[in-house]
Amino acid sequence: MGNFFTNLDRRWIFLGMAVVVAIPMLQGLSFPEEPSEMVRDVFKAVDELPDGSNILMAYDYDPATKGELEPMAATFTRHCAKKKHKLYFITLWPAAVPMLRQNIDILENEFGNDYTYGENYVNLGFRPGSEGVIKVVVTDLKDLFANDVNGEALQDIPMTRNIKNIQQMDLIVNVSAGTPGAKEWVQYAASKYQIKMVAGVTGVGAPALYPYVPNQLTGLLGAIKAAAEYEQAVSEAYPEFNDNPATKEALRRMGPQLIAHLYIVALIILGNVIHFTEKKRGVPR
Amino acid sequence: MIRSISNPHMPRLTLLAIMLLTAAGPLAAAPRPPSQVTVTDLPNDDGTGLVIRWNLSPDDTPDAKPRIIGQYNIERKDNDDANAEFELIGEANLGEASLEDKECERGVEYLYRVIAVGLDKSQSEPTVAGKAAAGQLQWIDGSRLWFGVIGLVVCGAVVVFIQIAKSGRELKIRKIAGLEAVDEAVGRATEMGRSVLFIPGILDINDMQTVSGITVLSRVAGLAAEYGAQLDVPTSRSLVMTTARETVQAAYLQAGRPDAYNEDSIYYLTDEQFGYVAAVTGTMVREKPAACFYMGAFFAESLILAETGNSIGAIQVAGTAMPSQLPFFVAACDYTLIGEEFFAASAYLSGEKHQLGSLKGQDLGKLVAVGLMVIGCLLATLAGFSEPDGALSSVVSYLKDHVLGDGGLLL
Amino acid sequence: MKRTIPLLIAAATGFMLILSEFIPLTQSWGRKVMIWFDILAAFAFVLGGANLLKIHLQKISNRRVGWGYSVITVVAFTITMVIGLGKFGVTPSEAFPDFAWSGDYLQEGSGFDWMYQHIYLPLASTMFALLAFYIASAAFRAFRAKNTEAIILLTTAFIVLLGRTYAGIWLTAEPLAWLGQNLFGDAQALAMFRLDVIVDNIMSIFNMAGNRAIMIGIALGIVALSLKVLLGVDRSYLGSEE
Repeated sequence: MGNFFTNLDRRWIFLGMAVVVAIPMLQGLSFPEEPSEMVRDVFKAVDELPDGSNILMAYDYDPATKGELEPMAATFTRHCAKKKHKLYFITLWPAAVPMLRQNIDILENEFGNDYTYGENYVNLGFRPGSEGVIKVVVTDLKDLFANDVNGEALQDIPMTRNIKNIQQMDLIVNVSAGTPGAKEWVQYAASKYQIKMVAGVTGVGAPALYPYVPNQLTGLLGAIKAAAEYEQAVSEAYPEFNDNPATKEALRRMGPQLIAHLYIVALIILGNVIHFTEKKRGVPR
Repeated sequence: MIRSISNPHMPRLTLLAIMLLTAAGPLAAAPRPPSQVTVTDLPNDDGTGLVIRWNLSPDDTPDAKPRIIGQYNIERKDNDDANAEFELIGEANLGEASLEDKECERGVEYLYRVIAVGLDKSQSEPTVAGKAAAGQLQWIDGSRLWFGVIGLVVCGAVVVFIQIAKSGRELKIRKIAGLEAVDEAVGRATEMGRSVLFIPGILDINDMQTVSGITVLSRVAGLAAEYGAQLDVPTSRSLVMTTARETVQAAYLQAGRPDAYNEDSIYYLTDEQFGYVAAVTGTMVREKPAACFYMGAFFAESLILAETGNSIGAIQVAGTAMPSQLPFFVAACDYTLIGEEFFAASAYLSGEKHQLGSLKGQDLGKLVAVGLMVIGCLLATLAGFSEPDGALSSVVSYLKDHVLGDGGLLL
Repeated sequence: MKRTIPLLIAAATGFMLILSEFIPLTQSWGRKVMIWFDILAAFAFVLGGANLLKIHLQKISNRRVGWGYSVITVVAFTITMVIGLGKFGVTPSEAFPDFAWSGDYLQEGSGFDWMYQHIYLPLASTMFALLAFYIASAAFRAFRAKNTEAIILLTTAFIVLLGRTYAGIWLTAEPLAWLGQNLFGDAQALAMFRLDVIVDNIMSIFNMAGNRAIMIGIALGIVALSLKVLLGVDRSYLGSEE
């Protein structure tokens, strides 16, 4: 038995991980979340804006990180739509174009009566150039975005007609999986032009952005836990969302996350037990 | 006795007036205009910027209930064009008393006016600026003075220490375990008859991490040529592939083994992050390289690469300047070059004196940074105990706003 | 000569762009140069694609080990390129209805979109999901209490793993509230010892301090390396003279 664990094939570990994630997911295990201070700051940043404010929805993530970031992006979209904010969707990642579309589908399907394309939301799509795009749109949006994704001139769309640049945005909401992403939006837009900004990033990306909170970044959502807390905050403020199961995506993922974390803790303990047992026996590694 | 009304239509007119007044509801009064509009040059620009300032409308008070003012409209016209009309160039929220207009033509005089706009879209009388103004070109951006000073200090230190090293003086450089192991790793691959895998990151050649990775590749390729080991370099960008080919070819030439160079061993896979790592890990599992070098910019794929390398028993040396990926490399690789150690790798491996001198210059830059941090923290702590308008607070504000802030290092 | 000219170009361009940041008239040059680089990189795509096809077609024709994977690569590459460039299933844009190819290649319902939704999306998500498995095996292998630093790392890992989930709240919120109420008359008195609060402090104080220190070192390393490259002190990336 001892030998089995000493020379444990990593495939047993992988199988264990698959089992501990699959079972809670199938069981629908979930737990209540208490929004932390940083999540509350993000919530307030969106909620305390006057209805109908201009929000730049900069979604820079791809299918690989969709699992972690889609719930927070969708919650941002729903929260802003509830406040009847004017939403300008944009991305710096080519693979994020379908992600924008999925969020627009949320507006069409869930807010279709109150939300009209061109008057309440617009999809500007993707432009290549990474942070170069940000440097242009902070001074002249139409220099790079003459048309929206449908080919319609911004000059002809009611909500973009009088928008010269993103300095006219009341808030930047950025969901980002890497580079270019939140850091670039902070450095070249939010900080330089004093535009209020909140961001949602993956767990590994959050520590790099803590230095920007709270001066350059009003609030930060880091990892799926923060997304779950934000969903909790939004559904507490707007109970009508509780009828829609799609608003609980992040909360649903916290159950498997908890069990997986406990599994990793158990693996670490097991690894150390093996280590000390071998040390005691004087077994060279 | 009541005198009869002389105008026989008066009762009807009076009734009409009363109806109109009640139908219209409360009369919509336009907000009161702002005052004292002044226009000055926007400093530190190329002459295309002006700053418009005004005193808020008397109706613009935080306590006003209901709120009267919605925004301010700022309009301008070309002062030299007699036919020009005022056109809207920007809006300011209530409570804001200035706007920067960065869309001016250099040398053209503009006349501005500001209008207070009510929530009901009613507009005040426009307040025109006292005189027209034109943007002034500044040749030097004075707001970046401290950025320039600190840059000169750091760059100057690097240059000075390179010269000191060139003069023959011995410089003490600490041992970096990861770099000491490069020789061992390539030698091990040669003995086992297996290949050396080198991954220069997944960003393009314009990123300094990739450039640093390519400079390390030059050294590794030289060793591989010397020992006769097979070198594989899958790249994620076409430009990195072409640069890597030139570099490896030069290394083989320098080692006296131009015949051993095979350009197909440096090949392009895909720009897509996970497509690239899927291909590389597949190659690793099939070809089983004995030594794996991960030198460059990595993102989420770092752990996949490192764990796969671990599973095939390869000796792994990683170097990256992505703080978020360092923990994964540290956990899974045999040696990891953390941040600046990675940028020092090329100098360290070359052993050339003038390159080692640059490392000393880096260290001086670090000393300057530590010194600024200690002084700044001390001053800020003392300022917390002193008067808000005192000298200490002013010094701390200057440091924050001009040396470290928007006007300084934060561009 | 082969190395001298690129060296001169690099030095001249580099120093000019550094100086341009200090002169308002020329501050936009850096952005323009980035756009030129993007254009260059776009041309390089053709080079990379051609190289990819060459390598894999050679492997197939020589029947080298693993040539089956090369077949899959070439077939997938060709199909994706044809469907994408040919805009199969893409309807004309509403703004330009008379032009058959005016629609966006990523239009919902198009062939390329189908491939994106049914092939690319699941594959990318799968690769990212592998991280969960690999972190488990890395944790089992690497998190051993071999010395003091390793013990500190272990303890921090336990705290963060538990604190980032409901387990942290369940384990510490109520017991600490009870203790605080009974010892100090205030249920929030010991709230700072809750696992989720400790995790926030670890991430925002210790982790951030370490990150900042590493980032300062990285910035200085970039400055030193860039200067060496511009001054021609380090020429290893340039290739040979011949």
